[in-house]
Amino acid sequence: MGPITSRLMGLESRRGWMLMLALGLIMLVLVPILNLLVPADSIFHVRTFWISILGKYLCFAILALALDLIWGYAGILSLGHGAFFGLGGYAMGMYMMRQIGDRSVYGNPDLPDFMVFLNWQELPWYWFGFDQFWFAALMVVLVPGLLAFVFGWLAFRSRITGVYFSIISQALVFAIMLAFFRNEMGFGGNNGLTDFKDILGFDLASRNTKVGLYAVSVIALALVYLICRGVVSSKLGRVLIAVRDAESRVRFLGYSVTNAKLFVFTLSAVLAGIAGALFVPQVGIINPGEFSPAKSIEIAIWVAVGGRGSLFGAIVGAFAVNGARTYFTGAAPEIWLFFLGGLFVLVTLFMPKGIVGLVQALREGKLADILPKRRGQLDG
Amino acid sequence: MAEPALEPMSEAPVAAAAPAESILYLEGVSVSFDGFKALNSLNLIITRGEMRSIIGPNGAGKTTMMDVVTGNTRPDEGRVLFGENIDLTVLDETAVANLGIGRKFQKPTVFESLSVFENLHLALRTDRGTFKTLFARMTDGQGERIDRVLETIRLTERRYDLAGDLSHGQKQWLEIGMLLAQEPELMLLDEPVAGMTDAETEQTVSLLHEIARDHSLIVVEHDMEFVRNLDCQVSVLHEGRVIAEGAMDSIKSDPRVIEVYLGR
Amino acid sequence: MKNPMRLFHNVSLIASVALLLGFFTVATSWSAGAQTVDDPFAAALQTLNEKSFKKKAAAIEAMAEIGDPRATAALEALAAGHLFSRKSDNAIVIGSGIENGYALTDPVSGAGVGDVGKRDVKKITVNNRLRGQIRGILGRLALSSEDAAQRLTAAQNIIKSPSPGSLDLLRDARDRETVGKVRDVLETGIAIIELESDDTRLRLAAIQTLSGSTDREVKALLEQMFVTDDAGDFVEADADVRAAAQAAIDDINGRLSLLAVAENLLFGISLGSVLLLAAIGLAVTFGVMGVINMAHGEMIMLGAYTTFLVQEIFRTVAPPEAFGLYVVAAIPAAFLVAGAFGVLIERGCIRFLYGRPLETLLATWGISLILQQLVRTLFGANNREVANPQWLSGALELGGGVSITFSRIYIIFFCLAVVALLAAFIRYSRFGLNMRAVTQNRAMASSMGIKTGQVDALTFALGSGIAGIAGVALSQISNVSPNLGQNFIVDSFMVVVFGGVGSLWGTIVGAFGLGIVNKFLEPFSGAILGKVVVLIIIILFIQKRPRGLFALKGRAAEA
Repeated sequence: MGPITSRLMGLESRRGWMLMLALGLIMLVLVPILNLLVPADSIFHVRTFWISILGKYLCFAILALALDLIWGYAGILSLGHGAFFGLGGYAMGMYMMRQIGDRSVYGNPDLPDFMVFLNWQELPWYWFGFDQFWFAALMVVLVPGLLAFVFGWLAFRSRITGVYFSIISQALVFAIMLAFFRNEMGFGGNNGLTDFKDILGFDLASRNTKVGLYAVSVIALALVYLICRGVVSSKLGRVLIAVRDAESRVRFLGYSVTNAKLFVFTLSAVLAGIAGALFVPQVGIINPGEFSPAKSIEIAIWVAVGGRGSLFGAIVGAFAVNGARTYFTGAAPEIWLFFLGGLFVLVTLFMPKGIVGLVQALREGKLADILPKRRGQLDG
Repeated sequence: MAEPALEPMSEAPVAAAAPAESILYLEGVSVSFDGFKALNSLNLIITRGEMRSIIGPNGAGKTTMMDVVTGNTRPDEGRVLFGENIDLTVLDETAVANLGIGRKFQKPTVFESLSVFENLHLALRTDRGTFKTLFARMTDGQGERIDRVLETIRLTERRYDLAGDLSHGQKQWLEIGMLLAQEPELMLLDEPVAGMTDAETEQTVSLLHEIARDHSLIVVEHDMEFVRNLDCQVSVLHEGRVIAEGAMDSIKSDPRVIEVYLGR
Repeated sequence: MKNPMRLFHNVSLIASVALLLGFFTVATSWSAGAQTVDDPFAAALQTLNEKSFKKKAAAIEAMAEIGDPRATAALEALAAGHLFSRKSDNAIVIGSGIENGYALTDPVSGAGVGDVGKRDVKKITVNNRLRGQIRGILGRLALSSEDAAQRLTAAQNIIKSPSPGSLDLLRDARDRETVGKVRDVLETGIAIIELESDDTRLRLAAIQTLSGSTDREVKALLEQMFVTDDAGDFVEADADVRAAAQAAIDDINGRLSLLAVAENLLFGISLGSVLLLAAIGLAVTFGVMGVINMAHGEMIMLGAYTTFLVQEIFRTVAPPEAFGLYVVAAIPAAFLVAGAFGVLIERGCIRFLYGRPLETLLATWGISLILQQLVRTLFGANNREVANPQWLSGALELGGGVSITFSRIYIIFFCLAVVALLAAFIRYSRFGLNMRAVTQNRAMASSMGIKTGQVDALTFALGSGIAGIAGVALSQISNVSPNLGQNFIVDSFMVVVFGGVGSLWGTIVGAFGLGIVNKFLEPFSGAILGKVVVLIIIILFIQKRPRGLFALKGRAAEA
């Protein structure tokens, strides 16, 4: 494959790959060992609490990768990616809900508690099949993918770009949130789905299951990273960058911008759905709050902090911002929103290429390059 | 995700035939924006292998004409045919490009965060379907083709540089190079020498002559000297219609042209 | 006695006051019996001590006959079981429950006569027959009240439980009534009772009267005629009457559906004006600068909190008569506060991000988070109370149970005034001209010597200031909380997208269009789903017109 501008791809060198591999192995092997095999009183012991937290971060990292794929490369800023994350989560939640069976409070073997509470007599049609893991897993991919395909087709076909697309995608996730808040929708309304017992027969409360889910998340993140890597380093990846730079020019070259965007948007939504499906068993709940516009827009700041247009940056950003959240909400909750808000402002103003860009510039001694250009031309 | 394939003739919409030798045929084309008539029953025929200059004052409809041909703007009425019978008015930009019509914009638009090489790579004539593009591998033939274009546009030295780092004139050339890589049957060039130095302009003239040997060309320009040097048929556009056509010398003495250019 | 201050001005009166006060004290300490001599009401009241219900009934009737205004309070207390006989002197007193006893009031003088224990008084008992009698009398008393509003309420109460016994009462009242509205209610009441009449002609006439109603209960009564009994016969035997009733029902239905349309329209316009207020500032900044200000909602919120502050200042500093004017004072205050924040945001952040609209969107989102948390820290997370001033409270009755609060009506006009002012400002002022120039062609405007930076800053101040004014209006109809702005941000974006960027008309049509469509959808799909449907409609709508309703066309728009 021809020469690739290395700065676009992030860590392209052999050393970069080795670093990624080492990080992956530490996450996949070392961390579980430190939890399962090292005694609890050792300073090297990693508490199960932290395993769950890390597992959550891993899912957020997948979500960040999904957004970076479309925003960092194709220039499509979706403010509605929580929709796909949440739908994937709900699909998995519905499976685990069905697994509860008669161990629920009301003890109805067929109906989840909230349906019994609403006096429903039978399962709504769209809940059928979710007692099977394979079906739920299929829906995790299919539902977000299909929604993204239809929504993207409508939007990209009529050439809705830039802030227009952002606003419309925000409206999408807002609409879904309102809908899911309704009890009549049959997804548990306000409270969402929770009180899960087990997944594929593994007890969700047990430490081994938690570590297992964590390990699956590490593997998933690695696979998603490789998929994204494959896409952005393909010729289509370059078409996407071209779309970001000069969309109409790409059309005059004979590429279908609509189809290219639709492909990458749908792929991104599917990845977000997978992230949601891994997230829900680890936190034990999914509710319409996941669809709140504020949560969706926050994903963008993860990506921006790490470094937009760098896949590794997206992962770094997801860990950094969520790590800060865990710290602040514990230490000084009233500061957190100031911090997050400040992050939005400062990163967009002073760190347009995020942490990765900053590190790169420091190494190459070209700090001036990454500072924002003053007042560009304003044309659409 | 069906895209027009490499042999577009079979899929393209067919309309009543145009004169046999024409590659582009416009008849009675009108476009209006909020009451302003950008094109007013425009007639224009370009024959296969021809190089044609189109001049005209600001607002004469030159860019709108190109927009209509490339599927960017739908005409209110009139026929636009490519080759003998392909109706361009119902196609979008992508389809038009895949038919073999290339366009260079007034403001040079190259992909600034891609390298010169990658810009040309994207432009190469090939199957541009989304999945085909996703799994595309570059062949030796394609590499050689890019090398040849690089030589033609004199950017071999800068092949790995970002297009955004090129000078204005070099960007113009890169864009022409992208057109070459596209291997279109018909090229539309909107002010190809705008912002170029005299030396660059001269080089561009010879480059265009080279290209004209095996392409049909439409060049829209303001620069009279440049148009004279191109030494080809000239059409003068004014208020959305052609008011004069012929060699540069006869055009310059046409009273209507003189009135349009000097009369106000 | 209410204002003894005035009496002190006249020294010569002091003595007589002292005398009067002394007399009063003595009078109240006497047994009530002492007053019966010259007060027939007191005499009748005293008769309630009798054990016989018959005699009590006579006493009640006597109290009503006298027509004394004090009778209403006494009879209400009697019906509610709050009328007692004091064991010490057999005086009739009204008792309201306190801890371990009652606080007593003398129904004759209206003065408090001290507290007693539970065992010191004996309840005056009534039976259901007496209660019915009292209700009728109370109605009658109210019907002859001096106050038209009280008469209206009384008439409405009687209609609610129509009984043939009150027919004469209603007729009497109708003949005496001078106020048209009360008269109509009385007519309706009479007609409702006459529906039960044995006389076919009377029933027909009653139906005729009722066909002009917009009351759902009246409709239900008419529909009762079509109920069949066990034998399968209609309750109303006469086919002519049934036909007339059907026609009347159709009449009422027609009027009700018309009213429903009017209601939806009015509430839609009301919602639309709120949306318009919230969105118009956004439309200005988006149109001129191509910048999405995600903190726009927080400008509205700041306006609402400014209103709260101005209210508090008025409460402590201004005379109570002027309190209602705080809303007026809040309008310029909110404009200035929000406008100042707008300039701060533009100069401090947005101007560095021109040409990068997506980054601007994210940065302003960050600002919105900061502002929300700032307000939460300063004012607390709970709702703040902003009171409707007197002249803004109350509601307009439209009939058929439909009413709209005055504050909403004011907002409609207020919103129109703001938009008109803004339009005039953009159209006629020098700054408006510059603004329009920058909107159409920034580069050209700049090269003609317009200071685009200044225009941007002022435009942003203007847009934010209008949002602040919107906050004043919203504080009157919605809770003032740090999240206030968030509730409007998605809706206002939809208005702008739907209407078309850079078009004032588009924003107006978009806001009212969305407001009205929303209200018309609500009855079918519920409030929340209605919103979802509207969002879907918008997404589909921009398929047809990606640039909104009133989009600029041509090459300029493509750039």
